Amino acid sequence: MSETWINACAPDDIAIEDVIRFDLGERSFAVYRTGPSAFHVTDGFCTHAHVHLADGFVMGTVIECPKHNGRFDCVTGKAIRKPACVDLVTYPVKVENGRVFFRLVE
Amino acid sequence: MTPRDYRLNGTEGARAEQAGLASATWYASAIPRKRLKELMQRRNGPAIRDTLIWLGALIATGAWGYHAWGTWWAVPAFAAYGVLYGSACDSRWHECGHGTAFKTPWMNDVVYHLARFMVLRESTSWRWSHARHHTDTIIVGRDPEIAVPRPANLRNILLNFVYLPGGYSELRKTVIHATGRLPAGEETYIPEGERKSVCFTARIYVLIYLAFIAWAVAIRSFLPLMYVLLPSFYGAWLMIVFGLTQHAGLAEDVLDHRLNCRTVYMNPVLRFLYWNMNYHVEHHMYPMVPYHALPALHAELKADLPKPYPGLWAAYREIIPALLRQRKDPGYFVKRELPPSAPAMSLDAASVGQAG
Repeated sequence: MSETWINACAPDDIAIEDVIRFDLGERSFAVYRTGPSAFHVTDGFCTHAHVHLADGFVMGTVIECPKHNGRFDCVTGKAIRKPACVDLVTYPVKVENGRVFFRLVE
Repeated sequence: MTPRDYRLNGTEGARAEQAGLASATWYASAIPRKRLKELMQRRNGPAIRDTLIWLGALIATGAWGYHAWGTWWAVPAFAAYGVLYGSACDSRWHECGHGTAFKTPWMNDVVYHLARFMVLRESTSWRWSHARHHTDTIIVGRDPEIAVPRPANLRNILLNFVYLPGGYSELRKTVIHATGRLPAGEETYIPEGERKSVCFTARIYVLIYLAFIAWAVAIRSFLPLMYVLLPSFYGAWLMIVFGLTQHAGLAEDVLDHRLNCRTVYMNPVLRFLYWNMNYHVEHHMYPMVPYHALPALHAELKADLPKPYPGLWAAYREIIPALLRQRKDPGYFVKRELPPSAPAMSLDAASVGQAG
């Protein structure tokens, strides 16, 4: 297994209480900013249906899926409102040298 | 044209999957993210106000009906009570089911379960049904909520104004759920882990129905049933009037809500009863926007949408001839005209039938 820190974006690329999409090859991620220096990364697609969470709505640390209103805690990945039942995969995040990185283990 | 198979466990589901119509990406009109975030903001105020007015009106008309029982005044009293109970409930469960009406989750849940009971639709199974409806709106073989399959069954549509086939079907399904089973097709969208909850909720519904029936028998009057169970039937007509405007007669198997949903302008009283679901294209395109923000969302998107219908009369002038024609020609559907600048998913690419 190897781990890589992925350079996702600059902090100001994301408004506070918002989310953006980050694609890496075939994979897609959602990068959240829940506070001035609070960033989180999860898998990009809702675990209920193939809908990208970056089009969703961030309320505090909760992301709501844009299609069916399923909700997840974007810090823990926990599914907290149906129809979302399966938790999201989350990734460790760090902010360094003015960039937001997340760790990918492969 | 061979009649299509609308069952979820029939052949059309696999066809839709092969054609890329299942769980597909849908067209969405562009709106700046900042503005969309403003419109998605949740608030308790509008829904608390509207729910208090709704429940207050239910209590007032119910009390009027009680005191007028045995006189002709009971007719208008229960006519009003019935519409508030059997029709207004439809948009209430809907919005609260999306979790957008109130900011506070438990408020959405309370009104969702209450309104679901009023419309006789067991709340857990319908939560999953409606999720599928939003995933695969009017995709044949995938959407469990296609109200008017082609060719239209006009007898059923007319009887549904007193909720006869619909209400009977829901009661039957609730009894099946209460026994721990699922009617055919529901296994395709209700997850295994939810089935106990479906059974539990259905048993509560059945117990309440039986309690009211027993009460009516005990006092030898059907007055208790005028408050629970019967208003789901005698008050359903406005729900059907509203509901048919949503998709009836429009295209099937298209990945663009502008082609299979209608937005119909309505007066403030109807919009109160319908919780702004007359903005149906907008609701399907952005289901995260609460009902109270849909007029503003409409203002943002309308340049990219087909022309809205000026009223119910205009909508039905299109729907009735379309359904009549579909009886002889099930391939026929109403093709909505998109603004010239608007990109669209090609109707020819996926839709089965011929546009009118």
